[in-house]
Amino acid sequence: MVEVQFRFRDDEAVNDPAVTVGTFAEQTNATAVRIEPGDDARDLIPYLDRLRLIEVNFPAWTDGRGYSSARVLREAGFDGELRAVGDVVIDMLSHLKRCGFDAFAPDHALNPADAEAAFARWDNVYQATADGRKPVWALRHQS
Amino acid sequence: MKILTGNDLKTGAVIWWTGVGWSLDVNNAADVGEHGAAVIAREEGAQNVFAAYVIDGEKTPEGVRPAHIKDRIRALGPTVRPDLTLKPSDPEAVNWVI
Amino acid sequence: MYKYDQYDQQMVDTRVAEFRDQVRRRLDGDLTEDQFRPLRLQNGLYLQLHAYMLRVAVPYGTLNSAQMTMLGDIADKYDRGYGHFTTRQNIQYNWIKLEDTPDILADLASVEMHAIQTSGNCIRNISSDQYAGAAADEIVDPRPYAELLRQWSSFHPEFLTLPRKFKIAVIASETDRAAMKLHDIGIKMVRNDAGEIGAQFYVGGGMGRTPMIGPMIREFVPLDQLITYSEACLRVYNRYGRRDNKYKARIKILVHELGKEEYTRQVEEEFRHLLSQGVEPPLAELERIGQYFADPAYETGLSDELDLSDPDFRLWVERNCHAHKQAGYIIATVSLKPVGGIPGDASADQIRLMARIAKDYSFDELRVTHAQNIVFPHIRKVDLYAIWQKLDEAGLGTANLDTVGDIIACPGLDYCSLANARSIPVAQKISERFGSPQKQAELGELKLKISGCINACGHHHAGHIGILGVDRKGVENYQLLLGGCEGADTSLGKITGPGFDEDGIVDAVEKATKVYLANKQGEERFLDTYRRIGMEPFKEAIYG
Repeated sequence: MVEVQFRFRDDEAVNDPAVTVGTFAEQTNATAVRIEPGDDARDLIPYLDRLRLIEVNFPAWTDGRGYSSARVLREAGFDGELRAVGDVVIDMLSHLKRCGFDAFAPDHALNPADAEAAFARWDNVYQATADGRKPVWALRHQS
Repeated sequence: MKILTGNDLKTGAVIWWTGVGWSLDVNNAADVGEHGAAVIAREEGAQNVFAAYVIDGEKTPEGVRPAHIKDRIRALGPTVRPDLTLKPSDPEAVNWVI
Repeated sequence: MYKYDQYDQQMVDTRVAEFRDQVRRRLDGDLTEDQFRPLRLQNGLYLQLHAYMLRVAVPYGTLNSAQMTMLGDIADKYDRGYGHFTTRQNIQYNWIKLEDTPDILADLASVEMHAIQTSGNCIRNISSDQYAGAAADEIVDPRPYAELLRQWSSFHPEFLTLPRKFKIAVIASETDRAAMKLHDIGIKMVRNDAGEIGAQFYVGGGMGRTPMIGPMIREFVPLDQLITYSEACLRVYNRYGRRDNKYKARIKILVHELGKEEYTRQVEEEFRHLLSQGVEPPLAELERIGQYFADPAYETGLSDELDLSDPDFRLWVERNCHAHKQAGYIIATVSLKPVGGIPGDASADQIRLMARIAKDYSFDELRVTHAQNIVFPHIRKVDLYAIWQKLDEAGLGTANLDTVGDIIACPGLDYCSLANARSIPVAQKISERFGSPQKQAELGELKLKISGCINACGHHHAGHIGILGVDRKGVENYQLLLGGCEGADTSLGKITGPGFDEDGIVDAVEKATKVYLANKQGEERFLDTYRRIGMEPFKEAIYG
């Protein structure tokens, strides 16, 4: 099993094995699921209450479907662990976090200093997304 | 002949494998025979070159000439700016490209 | 024009630091070329035929003189004394060193410029009408909306790794000067029956190997839903656009395969969901941006008279100048297409001269056009003759806008690693063949566009006459297309038949123009005659 290298949650780590979206539909007691780029994250929305962990796999970091999956899940109210797994690279860490990921399990461990710099890179952001940060336009117009 | 070309990592310049190192001048290109892949692996690993590949070439009395027009233009420079080519003082140079 | 505030400046400064860090990791060997390539591309850094190439963004084509001066200085300091203005209203440098790029980006950031997302599978520089804010025929200045979209699309975390590149254009007049329907998203600002301004969305247009005209999917998006609707369009594409084949990955293929109705249905569904997610900036933000695009302090009471006694000047005014909405002013376009020249190239000195003229005479503003020319948007007519003399002295006084000499050409095989054939020498030969003012006058408006490969950066599908360079067994070969158009009546050119060699294609173009001249009725342009008489007479003349 791949190690979670970065986690931004205070609750206890989830170590349940993640099943595929296909098997999940049949296993009513599963609490962790793993979605692939081609899976429709919306299929999980009816079950979010009982899910503690959703892994989103990035077979290649240049396939950006997982970013939409993450936002779809967060926008639907999922507040469990959302973990990016696979080809997770330093340069995308901050963007992944902005889309709602709060745990990162890269196939190859990342240089901790470079990763820390990447997470801290952007003091401000232009868009409202799942991370709840105030975008620049909100800062410009707060009364 | 088989010749090996790529780009210098820091400058991006087009470079040619001479058998012992890299040259900006295609005329210094060596025949790598069957060893191209091994040289690429070693030289890319050492960060001396990137985007390297092996091409067909021909040794003519005027110098080494890559087989494909794209590589001949890479070797010389833009045909529409002779002043920026490898042979800025030779107005005839573009003729061997096309 | 727009001015950065502390936040915008911080964004570009942070990007410089991030890219400096990425370059360091590349040079240290922490990143392989395969890992680095997508990162450098998202910052406009390509590997081309001879070196790295850096593409700098000119958002919606608008520049001030300090920025233009910096573009000239960068050409001298880091490149070989020139730059190339592109069909996306950007500028690119052909001889860049990787180790210099962080410093170049820092220089750019010092004048509120950047190279963010000028390449890669992300939302690219947003283009617009080069006459925005000055044209007599616009209903509103489209640039505030383009700037709102620029900020939204910069580092949008969900849309940095799309199936393929994504291009957006925003216009606001009936005359489409930005090829809006040939974009992934084309937005036309319109006024509804209630008199409110809103955005009409066209999605799924594009050129490339499968050219398509984008269908309208929404007649009117209110201004306070503009970002939300754009986000819905992008999310559907990011989730369902094809990733199995890069040639089928553009949104045009998704819209085509799903059908316009089904794509629209999905967007509307996503849009309804996103309305409650708070992604839309307040209208106050649009108002804030809009203030920067207020009219400059025009002088009133200026004369509209021009002394046209110098025949060369007269020709330039007739060809290259355009009506301004303000009395006493005029819009002047500098052609970067001298006879026999390289379309879109300008030397560092020429770039700085244009910057100085803009500062002294055009309220500090310039525009880059998608036809690779430069515009002074607000010139007092009383200054025009003096300006033209300065331009002409510097080789920038060519009078050929929208004529056969005003050729759009991609860099082609002289510079581009994707190209199959050279574009520039063909452009040079055609501009020389038709170089005389008499020939250009005789042929009138004739848009000729050349691409050196199927990717169509030279917009050959949209040329009244289009030329596509292909590789036929290692030899350059050129196909001829007729009948394309990028305006409000957008159409795609059709291939005439078998291709030609370099001299053959120039002859074929000349034959096509002769068919036009022989069949022209009244004030018909080449395109009008072609549309009326069809392809056959042209084919006969070219191949008969």
